[in-house]
Amino acid sequence: MLKIENLHASIDDKAILRGINLEVKAGEVHAIMGPNGSGKSTLASVIAGKEDYEVTQGHIVFNNENIDELAAEERAHKGIFLSFQYPVEIPGVSVTNFMKTAINETRKAKGLEEMPAKDMLKLIREKSELLEIDRKFLSRSLNEGFSGGEKKRNEIFQMAMLEPQLAILDETDSGLDIDALRIVANGVNKLKNKDNAVIVITHYQRLLDYIVPDFVHVLHNGRIVKSGPKELAHELEEKGYDWIKDEVEA
Amino acid sequence: MSKYTEDDLREELKTKEYQYGFYTDIASDTFPIGLNEEVVRAISLKKEEPEWMTEWRLEAFRAWEKMTEPEWANVHYAKPDFQAISYYSAPNSKPKYNSLDEVDPELLATFTKLGISLDEQKALSGVAMDVVVDSVSVATTFKKALGEKGIIFCSISEALREHPDLVKKYIGTVVPQKDNFYAALNSAVFSDGSFCYIPKGVRCPMELSTYFRINQGGTGQFERTLVIADEGSYVSYLEGCTAPSRDENQLHAAVVELIALDDAEIKYSTVQNWFPGNAEGKGGVYNFVTKRGLCEKNAKISWTQVETGSAVTWKYPSCVLKGDNSVGEFYSIAVTNNYQQADTGTKMIHLGKNTKSTIISKGISAGKSQNSYRGLVKISPNADNARNFSQCDSLLMGNDCGAHTFPYIEAKNKSAKIEHEATTSKIGEDQIFYCNQRGIDTEKAIALIVNGFSKEVLNKLPMEFAVEAQKLLEISLEGSVG
Repeated sequence: MLKIENLHASIDDKAILRGINLEVKAGEVHAIMGPNGSGKSTLASVIAGKEDYEVTQGHIVFNNENIDELAAEERAHKGIFLSFQYPVEIPGVSVTNFMKTAINETRKAKGLEEMPAKDMLKLIREKSELLEIDRKFLSRSLNEGFSGGEKKRNEIFQMAMLEPQLAILDETDSGLDIDALRIVANGVNKLKNKDNAVIVITHYQRLLDYIVPDFVHVLHNGRIVKSGPKELAHELEEKGYDWIKDEVEA
Repeated sequence: MSKYTEDDLREELKTKEYQYGFYTDIASDTFPIGLNEEVVRAISLKKEEPEWMTEWRLEAFRAWEKMTEPEWANVHYAKPDFQAISYYSAPNSKPKYNSLDEVDPELLATFTKLGISLDEQKALSGVAMDVVVDSVSVATTFKKALGEKGIIFCSISEALREHPDLVKKYIGTVVPQKDNFYAALNSAVFSDGSFCYIPKGVRCPMELSTYFRINQGGTGQFERTLVIADEGSYVSYLEGCTAPSRDENQLHAAVVELIALDDAEIKYSTVQNWFPGNAEGKGGVYNFVTKRGLCEKNAKISWTQVETGSAVTWKYPSCVLKGDNSVGEFYSIAVTNNYQQADTGTKMIHLGKNTKSTIISKGISAGKSQNSYRGLVKISPNADNARNFSQCDSLLMGNDCGAHTFPYIEAKNKSAKIEHEATTSKIGEDQIFYCNQRGIDTEKAIALIVNGFSKEVLNKLPMEFAVEAQKLLEISLEGSVG
């Protein structure tokens, strides 16, 4: 589904990603771990198409199509979803209105009619029940005054509504207490199926107790320096990242 | 129309035929350019006005001659040459029509272009419209239904003929002839406008709506609107403007007077979309408007405006809270893009006891535009327990535009409570990227963010108007991001 080849990216002439290679197939869960500043969030933003970053080398291929030149919204239309580490506030725009716009813009891009209001309401009801979200929450302004847990749960709700093929969860666990973490992880697991894929970006192993990865990759200095099965995450938790750093530099 | 120069006019004015009206010779019914007492008289004569009205206009004209154009607003523009403007222009096809079938098809085509279908309006929305095209009302609908309730809704020219006593009693009582430079000019030369009277205790059963449009190049529009809500009555009035592209500047100096007698309520909503000039700042309408309402005891006046058009806007819809317990409200969205300049806001004059006012102003600036809020809250010595709440929010797009806030407060009564809140924010790249990532392109993202920002005001508009206003916001900001 996703194939990243020798990806180099920089911001303001500062190189952040220095040759990433990664392949994600349908039905898989990949975890990307690594110390602060290793390039985890940059990788997420570059896949999603954030313009601030300049791709200097390499390619991103999604469903056999090179998406290097596509704008962020076009990538979204193709089924790439990013759950933000810091979701932004949009005052005066309700969660429902925002989702309605997002879904209809995506349908428009695919040459489809707008979703009838009746179907939209049904979809909202289904997904909010699935994720145990109080529907009062959906009439609030997007992320305005939301707690950390509410923001992240809202991200997963949006993921449920948009049904992406590839979901990238950028530090979804940051700022969450254990209960909120469990709710969010359960939501992701409910949405997971054999046709979609998830990339979980995290600093800590604890989220991976709930969203169990098929592969774990360690990012250091803009490169994937080690890949392995889910046990690698436990090893990292025990030994810390210095162990990897030492191993790489040795 | 044949070429008609100022010299020709001067020549004509010397001849005796003048008193019968030189204008009848002119096929297109447009006055030659220029302004003097004779032109003022001619307008009044043309409109078959009573003698006192002619005198009233002349009084205004003489005052205007001694006045100078105000310069305190935060706007810069080439001052109009008031002698280079024609002060009267009427569509050719007169007289009045009883039904739409009689209306000039060309005119109907213009309405269609504007997106106004009178038939549809009639059938679907129950909106009675008094359509002002180039200064003369050509069609009035629903008059009969309104008439049964004793409501008068007609052009001000007609009101001067049919209900002169009402006009005489109220005109100029809220905005006196000498109030300011533009109001004086309007008082002297206003060509038409709307008149509305709601009798005691009557709740107007439908939204009253007027569409204004500047039709002919080089003709300034001087609308005069007078709305009187008698004791215990209620009316919601919609004023919408569209103007087609023009190269030269066009002057628009309207006056609106609202009178809410004891226990009455007036809601006055405006969508203003005059031609803003092109992307290089060439052309566009000068919109210099005086709007003011007077509240008697327990009365309420609510102004809601969505200002997206005009090259230069100078406009302060105000409330004089004269009666005890009266309420004034001002809800405004002002959008400026490219080289537009807006200096707009309100005045809340608290005279009575327990008077309350609310001001919500949302300014959105893009391109190289300048957007100023200017507001006055004045509490007079007798206005015990007056309350005001003001909120002025500015949204900036890009680095070349400006947002300015000039709040003035004059409190002469110690029991007054005045609150003022202001925020300035910028549409962030993070917000745009967030929307992009959800499949919403940048243009649509901005529309969404702007609509969210303006929501408190959009919610105050009647339903159909709110939809139109949202579309306008989107159109006005098109191309505002690189």
